[in-house]
Amino acid sequence: MRKVAVVGAGMTKFMRRAQETGKELAWETAKLALDSCELTVKDVDCVVMGTAPDAFDMVHMKHEYLSDGAGAWRKPYVRGVLGGGTGVFTACQAWYHVASGMFDVCLAVTEEKMSSCLPHPQGAFVTCWDQFTESPLGTSLLWFFAWEMNRYMTSHGITEREIALVSVKNKKNALHHPCAQLPGEITVDDVMKSEIMAWPVKRLDVSPTSDGAAVLVFASEEVAKRITDRPVWVQGVGWCLDTMYIGQRDLYYPKYVEYAARMAYDMAGIKDPRREIDIAEPYDPFSYKELHHGEGLLLCDKGEAVRLLVDGETQKTGRQPWCPSGGALGVGNAIAATGVMKVAELFWQLRGEAGERQVPGRPRRGVAQAWGDEMQVGTVVVLGV
Amino acid sequence: MPLDKVTQIGQTKPLHGEIPVYAQYTFGIAGERFFREIKDKGRIMGTKCSKCDLVYVPARIYCEQCFGELTEWLEIPGRGALHSFTISHVDLDGNRLKEPIVVGLVKFDGVYGGVVHRIGGVEPGQVSIGMPVEIVLKPKTRRTGSILDIDCFRPVK
Amino acid sequence: MSEKIKSWPGTPLGEKEIKEKRILVTEWQPNLKYAWDTGAGYGRDFAELKKGKIVGTKCNKCRRTLLPARLFCEWCFRTADEWVYLKDTGTVNTFSVAYTGTAAERLKVPRIPALIEIDGSGGVAIMHLISDVDPWKVKIGMKVKAVWKPKQKREGAITDIDYWKPI
Repeated sequence: MRKVAVVGAGMTKFMRRAQETGKELAWETAKLALDSCELTVKDVDCVVMGTAPDAFDMVHMKHEYLSDGAGAWRKPYVRGVLGGGTGVFTACQAWYHVASGMFDVCLAVTEEKMSSCLPHPQGAFVTCWDQFTESPLGTSLLWFFAWEMNRYMTSHGITEREIALVSVKNKKNALHHPCAQLPGEITVDDVMKSEIMAWPVKRLDVSPTSDGAAVLVFASEEVAKRITDRPVWVQGVGWCLDTMYIGQRDLYYPKYVEYAARMAYDMAGIKDPRREIDIAEPYDPFSYKELHHGEGLLLCDKGEAVRLLVDGETQKTGRQPWCPSGGALGVGNAIAATGVMKVAELFWQLRGEAGERQVPGRPRRGVAQAWGDEMQVGTVVVLGV
Repeated sequence: MPLDKVTQIGQTKPLHGEIPVYAQYTFGIAGERFFREIKDKGRIMGTKCSKCDLVYVPARIYCEQCFGELTEWLEIPGRGALHSFTISHVDLDGNRLKEPIVVGLVKFDGVYGGVVHRIGGVEPGQVSIGMPVEIVLKPKTRRTGSILDIDCFRPVK
Repeated sequence: MSEKIKSWPGTPLGEKEIKEKRILVTEWQPNLKYAWDTGAGYGRDFAELKKGKIVGTKCNKCRRTLLPARLFCEWCFRTADEWVYLKDTGTVNTFSVAYTGTAAERLKVPRIPALIEIDGSGGVAIMHLISDVDPWKVKIGMKVKAVWKPKQKREGAITDIDYWKPI
């Protein structure tokens, strides 16, 4: 396998509703990412697309719809879908397109326009679940997270107040993100007092739905060294799917994230992720998920993530910052684009270009992760300089 | 085990369902202007990429070929040629229509792209490829900002 | 180049722009209805539910109970070996007190969706609803029993169990 670098990144603001069409969002971002590394669409050998269920944009086969905005015409083009795990997987896809030796420059485009789906994109999930044993119960997407959070809290004796600190931290980090949709200074009490959606999940434990796009440019070692003196290398990728029967999983721990992480760490030669990783961007569509995923990423023992949080170790200035971007909770959750936003954050942090979000101490390696499908897929990317 | 499963299927019915969502689309940056021009001024506008020498209709904010931003807007004459057409005898759900409809792709001189629309004011049997057609707009008061603000394209008399 | 990018694309709109028709929007209501066939495994499942019985299948290689019942074991990748009847009692694996419905609409009366480990299945849970109890008294580990719909109202569906209530 060839070495692969990330050489450019771009994203739109994450917004409750964008005026742009999906393909306009894709184009604005792809152009920005290509401009950032002084490449043009003619330098792109292939394009990979990441965008979650069609029903979010309410455009079927939306990879086709988005393809011109993604710069994909008359080029090899493919879309990979892993639900909420799609964004980080798009980076995995781009990696193997280049690592295989088949392509030198791959554009990885992710887009979501969830405002098109009314009354709420959650309704689109009705046909994602089992039509016989799940949907007839009037199932809501939030139930899945509520069940998991409840099981996670109960298994480890963690409180809702402790988990609320994730929202407080991430929304604060997002204050410095120029694209953030819901940044803010909030308190644990604010989270606790926000309305119950599906207990134990409350309004401020949840990331918003968003419109937005995020794009990365991947290049082979040869191209990367020619166009930049600061390539950020893809050191590891991993992805793993677990059983779709929710009743067969123990929800307190995301084993599939661990498997994906081990795959990526093995590739990166990482033996002790707690020490060898400087920054982490675990997927945080819900506050507890950052902790849950941090454990799956083997960044601490099971049930210990909350201690790192309470002790301030995962703060921007802590020993191993988690979600310095502000995460899905702060920046917004344009599903597939959020995964790439997280990889882009690593890219900017590792190059020392994250501005006010820059974590101290020149980070050299970071991990980004996303999660989704029927809430049982883990996708992981390790970047390093 | 393999076979006793089959005998009992008749006792159950298929489960029915639908997706409880509907769509609301914005027209986008280019679409906003493109459709407002039709609604308010009754004219078709395109955007031009000088670099690639292409004029896009419907208008776009970017060139799909060079990926450059398009800011130059220009009016397209409401006359074009019928690139191809079909005479449809069924509706979306496959039901027979009382009267067949003609739908086709209208292309304009010097324009990259075209408009798909109804072809009206002509007997289906009289329609032919290459036929010059012109835009027929709905009365201004009935235009809402939609591709249906164009009533149809009809053969140039 | 987060630092170097001075202007980030995107044109945010508020509710106002839509409501006051300051920008154009178009709407579409999908007119799609689905009819899903249960298939062989679930077909038997639901036929049994109609009779007031919960059935699973069993893989004799890994000795797991497969629930909802299905015709093959996905881990061993082989045909399941037998049908097994299970009790209509179980243990709450996890639960929520949900104030939101399918399309994120607000519910006045909360529902209590839960994963219930079915007795005799070796800890395999199914998704269902708990009722007839103060939602704030529900606990993980609580024993529950199925409340069936009256026979004439059953239609061969997971909802033939009306809900589960604490024992």
